[in-house]
Amino acid sequence: MRTLDLRSGGAKLLLRAGLLTLLALGATFLLDPYRNYQLATSAGVFAAVAGLTLLVGLTGQLSLGHAVLMAAGGYGYALTATWVADALAGAGGEVADGVVGWLLPLLAGVVGALVASGALGLLLGLAAARLRGPYLAGLTLALVIALPSAASTIPGLAGAQGISAPFVPVPDALAALIAVEQWHAWLAILVTACAVTPLVALRAGRAGLRMRAVHDDETAARLAGVDPGRVKAGAFVISSLAAGLGGVVLAIVTQQVSPGAYGLGFSLLLVVAAVVGGLGSLGGAAIGAVLVTLLPWVVDQATAGLPADLGHRLQGNLEIVLFGVVVIVVTVLWPGGLSRLLPTKKLSQNTQLFQNTSLSQNTER
Amino acid sequence: MSTLTIEKLTVGYGDGAPVLDGLELEVPDGGVVALLGANGAGKTTLLRALLGLVPARSGRVLLNGADLTRLSTEDRVRRGLALVPEGRSVVVELTVAENLRLGALWRYAGRKHSGPAREAAVGQMYELFEPLARRRDAAGHTLSGGERQMLALARALVGEPDVLLLDEPSLGLAPLVVAQLLGVLRDQAEATGLTVLLAEQNVTGALSVADRGVVLSLGEVVADRPAAELAADPALRHAYLGF
Amino acid sequence: MTEMDPAVERLVFLMSTGLARGAVLALFALSLVIVYRAARAVNFAQAAMAIVPVYVAFAVTSASGSYWLGLASALVVGALLGAVVERWLLRLVPQDNPLPGIIVAIGLVMVLQAGLAIAFGPDHRPVHAPFSQRPFDVGGVSVLSPYDLFVLIVAAVVMGGFAILFNRTSIGLQLRAAAFAPETSRLLGVRVPRMVTLGWMLSIATAALAALLLVPTGLGLDPHAADVLFVNAFAAAVIGGLDSPVGALVAGLVVGVLASLVTGYASAATAPLAVLALLTVVLLVRPHGLFAAREARTA
Repeated sequence: MRTLDLRSGGAKLLLRAGLLTLLALGATFLLDPYRNYQLATSAGVFAAVAGLTLLVGLTGQLSLGHAVLMAAGGYGYALTATWVADALAGAGGEVADGVVGWLLPLLAGVVGALVASGALGLLLGLAAARLRGPYLAGLTLALVIALPSAASTIPGLAGAQGISAPFVPVPDALAALIAVEQWHAWLAILVTACAVTPLVALRAGRAGLRMRAVHDDETAARLAGVDPGRVKAGAFVISSLAAGLGGVVLAIVTQQVSPGAYGLGFSLLLVVAAVVGGLGSLGGAAIGAVLVTLLPWVVDQATAGLPADLGHRLQGNLEIVLFGVVVIVVTVLWPGGLSRLLPTKKLSQNTQLFQNTSLSQNTER
Repeated sequence: MSTLTIEKLTVGYGDGAPVLDGLELEVPDGGVVALLGANGAGKTTLLRALLGLVPARSGRVLLNGADLTRLSTEDRVRRGLALVPEGRSVVVELTVAENLRLGALWRYAGRKHSGPAREAAVGQMYELFEPLARRRDAAGHTLSGGERQMLALARALVGEPDVLLLDEPSLGLAPLVVAQLLGVLRDQAEATGLTVLLAEQNVTGALSVADRGVVLSLGEVVADRPAAELAADPALRHAYLGF
Repeated sequence: MTEMDPAVERLVFLMSTGLARGAVLALFALSLVIVYRAARAVNFAQAAMAIVPVYVAFAVTSASGSYWLGLASALVVGALLGAVVERWLLRLVPQDNPLPGIIVAIGLVMVLQAGLAIAFGPDHRPVHAPFSQRPFDVGGVSVLSPYDLFVLIVAAVVMGGFAILFNRTSIGLQLRAAAFAPETSRLLGVRVPRMVTLGWMLSIATAALAALLLVPTGLGLDPHAADVLFVNAFAAAVIGGLDSPVGALVAGLVVGVLASLVTGYASAATAPLAVLALLTVVLLVRPHGLFAAREARTA
């Protein structure tokens, strides 16, 4: 029965994903360039948070290192795209100028990002399959702390200053119509759609069921013929791929990848976004991603009028305090997160099921 | 005088029907009372409720006339109530000696020179339970089942409680070990005037050391008689004790 | 006296410095073990909670001119902070699953570290050591500095103090029993919640001491000054087995020496990678640490 549902469900899902994507693309016409830039950044963060929230919500594995997986995607993208772009430029003018000149590096870069983040995700996933909560969290934390070291040790990553990613110009056909920020927002929306849609399908399907089974009771899942290690490792890889695509988006938008951009603070913000949105909820992940992208800007605006010294101190810190408070309050008092505000849809029944079984144990006490 | 009085005690889990419903029972000073009943009769719940591990919905628990109902588990213990729970509750990470020291912590509390007095009390336990003396520096997890139960009992006795509650001390132990444990228990009760409430499925063993037997069924006391009489009543035995 | 080979000299210097860094690491790892024993949880807010008292010590020392007054105030504030966080925050968090506790700790990290940056400004503040940091010269070989020696002595005194507390006193016995078997301990009259609070107080005071000892050897005081210390100490605590104070001590020294050697022979940037690699290998080969087997949990 479930497989039958899935086929029509799959078509419905694609339809909905397509509509949402079109809606988002359309919305870019309403925004000014800076807003489009913010939208593109949010989209990249959303892809990573969606991967993280799925991992934590469905399998109970907490990663504090998703920023590193984004960085892996970013580095993979930048290195591959640059290499392909250079090769095209070397091959001669005509090919390099047209659509192929930016599309081929872009697509190759995406593949490079998936390979890099997937490989790192697989390594972590193999470890995660054997580790309980605090150990995995500690290991991923150590990974974030080691990122700057890795960047300066691994040849080609250029240490703290990072590497640049090729600029993706607006295609000639659209040049008259849209600005580069809007074009990048489009790319960001498309890449993010490619990252998130599979996650939605996965959660609704058998894989999601297996993940929940492993989370609820590993022994029972094992007895039912599910291999918990494989499910956990698989979930980690999938989550890493989404984070890697998030890294691609940020690399496209900022045209650079450096370890400083993917530090501990940013990595914790991804966790904040997932928690605030409600662990396991992809809609909540979108809200969380927008929140962590926009709140710093809002705080900057709000503190701009303050005396220079105070403003300087509050800048970059006030929002962190707010996020910290919100995370504590949400975890202690309101474990469903902001996803509770979203209308309940058929697909999100799973989320509710999850919340009833595991997270809202808090409220029962 | 250390009388344990239970007045109209009602205990239940969640919103369900009460496990104990208005239970009345008095364990007189120096008495050894066997608490009998089939699985699910409420024996363990009663003992845990007496210690405050399960909250009472209503009713009172009095020790020597003082109301314990509002006190925490820790304070009930410090007032002279002791429970040896089912399943050999030895702290397996600690040694035999450390487990015993833990049991003796509140003995002579507030008195001067309590340290040496406690050491002496621990020494008495080693005399009482020879096998423990030989293994005093062994970690709890290296002990056999019988040794663990001995240690759990010794740890309760070393605190010199007024009333000792035991939950299925014979469960899973070899008959000879059970006989030895129950023997020590009876001797201690006789020698020190210790009051004992002994929950057991091993009816014959329990009645052989008890002077009174109380039969619990579905949360109520259905019989309360001298031990010898209870053991000799075939109808009652058959109806509630299954033999 | 014969001249020493320069390579050997360098090794001796790196080893002795690593030992002093390792002592700080061992102290911090011990603080993680204490809180793990008390609460059965890794405290991911340990670095942030440790650095708050260091700021207090810094302020007290600046105001009074006395390093020792600052050190004492750090210990007191650390203990108070541990008690406040445990009583007022972590008791609200469900304990059946480690996830909510870790997430709340992350929230606390953000509040404390960003709060410190707002209160004291984002700059690194130079902190002076109470003793010289210039190495002694022993027969032409540079070894420990007076400050390193001070750190080693303090660490040894604290470790010895904890060994006595845990193994020889009634409070220590209650702390251990409450950690291993909460319900049985309650049945023996031990006030378990009080022991958990006490564990947090001891843990954060120890962590604060470790952070205070570390700061003069680093870039200075800033809200993130103990972050790397936490990660290295977490690695050490895991390697030693989260339940084992002896394991934390040994593993802390080992990680400290390893980091010093890697820094000396490769580069400072490589040290975090070496720690990460070591942590990964230990977690994959022996997830329960190298020293925890003794304390097999059968119950």
